[in-house]
Amino acid sequence: MSHHILEIDHLRHVYPDGTEALREVSFSVCHGESVAVIGANGAGKSTLLAHLNGHLLPHSGEVRIGHVPVCRTNLDEARRTVGMVFQDPDDQLFMPTVYEDVAFGPLNLGLSGPELQNCVAGALRRVDAEHLAGKAPYHLSAGEKRRVAIATVLSMSPDILVMDEPTNGLDPYARRQLIGFLKDFHHSKIITSHDLDMVLEVCERTVVLSQGVVRADGPTLEIFRDEALLRECRLEKPLSMQGCPVCGT
Amino acid sequence: MASVHGALLDLKRLDLLARGGTSLHRLDPRAKVLATLVFIVCVVSFGPYQLSALIPFFIFPACLIAAGRLPAGYLAGKVALVAPFAVAVGICNPFFDRGILLHLGPLEVSGGWVSFASIVVRTALTVTAALTLTALTGFAPICRALVRLGMPKTFAMQLLFLYRYLFVLAEEAGRASRARELRSFGRKGKGLASYASLLGHLLLRTWQRAERMHMAMLARGYTGTFLAAECGRFGARELLFVLFWSALCIIMRLYNGAELLGSLVTGYLS
Repeated sequence: MSHHILEIDHLRHVYPDGTEALREVSFSVCHGESVAVIGANGAGKSTLLAHLNGHLLPHSGEVRIGHVPVCRTNLDEARRTVGMVFQDPDDQLFMPTVYEDVAFGPLNLGLSGPELQNCVAGALRRVDAEHLAGKAPYHLSAGEKRRVAIATVLSMSPDILVMDEPTNGLDPYARRQLIGFLKDFHHSKIITSHDLDMVLEVCERTVVLSQGVVRADGPTLEIFRDEALLRECRLEKPLSMQGCPVCGT
Repeated sequence: MASVHGALLDLKRLDLLARGGTSLHRLDPRAKVLATLVFIVCVVSFGPYQLSALIPFFIFPACLIAAGRLPAGYLAGKVALVAPFAVAVGICNPFFDRGILLHLGPLEVSGGWVSFASIVVRTALTVTAALTLTALTGFAPICRALVRLGMPKTFAMQLLFLYRYLFVLAEEAGRASRARELRSFGRKGKGLASYASLLGHLLLRTWQRAERMHMAMLARGYTGTFLAAECGRFGARELLFVLFWSALCIIMRLYNGAELLGSLVTGYLS
């Protein structure tokens, strides 16, 4: 029996202006797997992510979560299963305080009272942000915003965590902290990023998108060693795999 | 754009003040909102030529500022920001209304000047009360209190979003305007035309952000209603607070405290 939890099957999406953002995308993600989706600007990463929780619906092909195709009738279930962390935390943190923001999802799922409190406290604890609960989102630093944005999604106990450029705009310390968290989360994860060093550390598998199609899908290290492929897809080796800039070794 | 940035920082300070720990801060927001509403209704219900009766009303914000340990100078500065609007509203009165109303020794004061002063004092009173309320309670709790007092939820949501994204929008506008300035080298750039396009871009960006936010809300199970964990209790302390201040405001509205005090003093002296 297959344990595939998320399957993307011949996905195609055309925007109203005629741009074919995704032409033929197929891959699947198993339980506990950590997958990076990389590609140049405009390769279709964001469009792909928008399909995973049904914000966009495919023109043809399917996205299946636990073997059930995502369609208009089961969007709620899809959105609970797939937790989406947005690229800009300001889009995601819209409530007056951090606590209320983290409680937003669970409240909509029907939690209340001590159950709700435990859930929110637990999510904040996991990203080391308990002390921020009473603060307003616009009083937070970029790193804190990012961690809280992740907590808002964790509080709904999603089966799959989807993140768009999680290390974008973080200082080295906050980035390192985030990588630590990501390694500790034993969720299924789908991460898009241009930070290939982070991908190398966090994701054991990488899918390369180029012009709306999957160009490669395999173990991260193997893909990053294929310089020809990377160049063709307007990418390059992560810095940690390139030689020393001084002595070249 | 330093001024916008400064104004934002100031707003943030108001927010931080609301996190104080005095007993006034801990009072249920509904009590503070109700008392402030009664206060404002009493103040604005005075006739245009009543000035002395307004003075005793300063006791309400003064007591709250003292008990809430709020920085009075900072709040006064905020009130001063609004003062030009009040002056603009009332400045024509002295020219149109020249009937003599008061004699201060040899000085004759026209009705226009009295009503002008009355407008300014009333603005100062109401704005101070509103600012004190915000500094003691915080913007979001006030909105929630208003909802629990019967304001439609949609209004509250609009207000909360406005307050939340005011910071983001102002920062975006500040950045765009700075970028324009940096490339216009002290000249006008393209003058108004470039500002028009800048505003247009800002509007489009706001629209896109609104779409992304909606997406974020849907992703977390939003179905059209804003659920909030109910908290806070309207107990005896709250009731006492509302009753005391409402009664005092109504008494001060019905009896001219300044005049009473004046006649008492002059009666005692004579």
